[in-house]
Amino acid sequence: MSADKLIVTASPHIRSLDSTPRIMWHVVASLVPVVLSAAFFFGASALLQVVTAVAVALLTERATGKGGAIADGSATITGLLLGLSLPAGFPLWMTALGAAFAIVFGKQIWGGLGQNVFNPALVGRAFLQGAFPVAITTWPSVGGSFFTLRGDLFAIPFTHPLPNAVTSATPLGLLKFEGKGTALTDLVIGSTGGSLGETAALVILAGGAYLVWRGYLNWRIPVSVIATVMALSAMLHFVDATKPDPMFMVFSGGLMLGAVYMATDMVTSPLTNLGKWVFGIGIGILVVVIRVWGGLPEGVMYAILFMNAFTPFINRATQPRVFGTPLRSAA
Amino acid sequence: MPYPDEIVLPLRQHAGKPAKLCVKVGDRVERGDKVGEADGFMSVPIHASAAGTVVDVDWWPHPDGTMAEAVRIKVDRYAPQVARPRMVPHWEGLTTEQVVKAVQDAGVVGLGGAAFPTHVKLAPPKDHPVHTLIINGAECEPYLTSDHRTMVEYPERVHFGIRVMMRAMGVQKCVIGVERNKPDAIAALERTAPTDLDVTILPLTVKYPQGAEKMLIHAVTGVEVPSGKLPVTVGVVVQNVGSVSAIAEVFETGLPLIERIVTVSGHGLRKPANLIVPVGTKLRDLLAFCDGVTPDAAEVIIGGPMMGQAVADLDAPVIKGTTGVVVIEKGETREAGVYPCIHCGRCLEACPVFLNPSLLGDLARVQRYDEMAELHLADCMLCGSCAYVCPSNIPLSQLFQASKIALRRAQAAVA
Repeated sequence: MSADKLIVTASPHIRSLDSTPRIMWHVVASLVPVVLSAAFFFGASALLQVVTAVAVALLTERATGKGGAIADGSATITGLLLGLSLPAGFPLWMTALGAAFAIVFGKQIWGGLGQNVFNPALVGRAFLQGAFPVAITTWPSVGGSFFTLRGDLFAIPFTHPLPNAVTSATPLGLLKFEGKGTALTDLVIGSTGGSLGETAALVILAGGAYLVWRGYLNWRIPVSVIATVMALSAMLHFVDATKPDPMFMVFSGGLMLGAVYMATDMVTSPLTNLGKWVFGIGIGILVVVIRVWGGLPEGVMYAILFMNAFTPFINRATQPRVFGTPLRSAA
Repeated sequence: MPYPDEIVLPLRQHAGKPAKLCVKVGDRVERGDKVGEADGFMSVPIHASAAGTVVDVDWWPHPDGTMAEAVRIKVDRYAPQVARPRMVPHWEGLTTEQVVKAVQDAGVVGLGGAAFPTHVKLAPPKDHPVHTLIINGAECEPYLTSDHRTMVEYPERVHFGIRVMMRAMGVQKCVIGVERNKPDAIAALERTAPTDLDVTILPLTVKYPQGAEKMLIHAVTGVEVPSGKLPVTVGVVVQNVGSVSAIAEVFETGLPLIERIVTVSGHGLRKPANLIVPVGTKLRDLLAFCDGVTPDAAEVIIGGPMMGQAVADLDAPVIKGTTGVVVIEKGETREAGVYPCIHCGRCLEACPVFLNPSLLGDLARVQRYDEMAELHLADCMLCGSCAYVCPSNIPLSQLFQASKIALRRAQAAVA
């Protein structure tokens, strides 16, 4: 104890080991199996999609964010989720544009990490959906050799892809526009048409379960989304058997990816546990409404974005009662 | 631990008014003599913890990080260090007022850390009858075990102190709350529990901050103390185990509060221990007695690591409210980097009084203190749970403490 070279900080002097980057990188790690299963179904094209989206997201973050912001892992997640929400044959220049849009308009213009109202990956995807409605709904079929490239991946920028691939409609599209069902086993395993991350429900659930176990994901949101969709569609199916059954609703489309990974984005979901239930139930209702009565076959993206907008209001309405104050205080 | 060469006694060691100086440089004092008189009811005297000579009365580093007027006593190496013979008050013959006076004269304060004068709690306002005395043996701060050792080693003294207090206050019921992780303390208290008094030992769930006064009352009685009110409004008074045993000592030996049990611990310390330390011992001497600190020691904390205060100067002394001294190593200290709030909601789950630290933190940064007050900032007890769990390392409790001070200033300026 030579000269008292003491560190003086404010209490508490100890803290838990979890940090924001640690949470983010765990989310990234749990998404790796999802990417691998996409590669299993869609070959190298899937990897190209995801790598492009992540790389462009990181570059954009680097160009627009504060120094060191890449290390927090959030841009990587945005890139991964965007990539996974696209079809395998989506032209890469469009993917790149979407990733850049996601980072700049989904996150940075709000003030960076933690400030955005809408999920950045979904902002990017919504932009792509609006800009390239045909390309984003061109779904290559599952199967084929690993190295067969799907779609027109390398379409020259600012041109539209050539429809040269073997395509198939998604289960939701099949049902909505052609009235055809899809076997549940195919849905659960993921051997159906669709976006990369739409098809591996079990892998996504496993990744989500891991995050819940580590405490990095609040189970209330996915549980409430999935339970609401099941309950609501069960009721509809009971009344009108031509409406899709609950298992189909839960395992088709982007519901799993959305419920487990997108709706649970901490930044854009409510703070309070009660708020998380409200948020999840709201998403579930919107998904069913859009799928069953809306013009689009799939509604997860818009459901989440819509509820994102409500998050501040949900937060305000679900403030917990402060200790020692009467019930229903004006907090 | 043995007497150090010099002891330093700040006149401000308790909540309320500092003591009034009553010695001058050159005076000879015996162990237990007053060096400061109580200044009013919300004040207690300060006593010399060792015989010696007053060498200085000047500003000296205080463990709370400020400077405070303090009496420095050069300890007489050859004095036998026995207190002057004194009357041991026969407690059963005393009126409530006399007990209160005796406790005040002995300088007893809450030994749980806040150092609230104990005699004030013995004389609750007349319009609020007290039905239950709660003894706080939760000791929820990590590292600290001084109350734990008191309960294990001096259970009779704890029960004796309770007996005195119950009689003085006219309370029929007493509950000792002890966290379940101290089975030996619970066993010791059970073994020595009196048969003629209604004293219950209640094992509590182990959680931080179980020992916070309002949390403890809730755990014991199921009643929430209303926001902004004192525990006495729900008919209870809480005393720390250490304070109770200090009261017992007053009526056993007649000695005032001049020494206390201090936990000296942490990875940065060579020989952790619970020591009976004379009040006024400099931290430097205390740490040296524990074989010093390791080369990686980085931060010395007075109190526990959750709510304690880091000291910048090891010349600051142990005072009456010093529950422990924790030395932590470099790797354990807080990191410097702060990430943005990602609204994960962990702080909301952690907050024991159900505030919204995330929102309060945002408001604190933009200095919207009035809005923070509306969101019950006053109910924040600065337990540090929110900052502990925050993955973005946001110094929430520090922000809240600063906001509380800013609000107090603003209110003082208006008044």
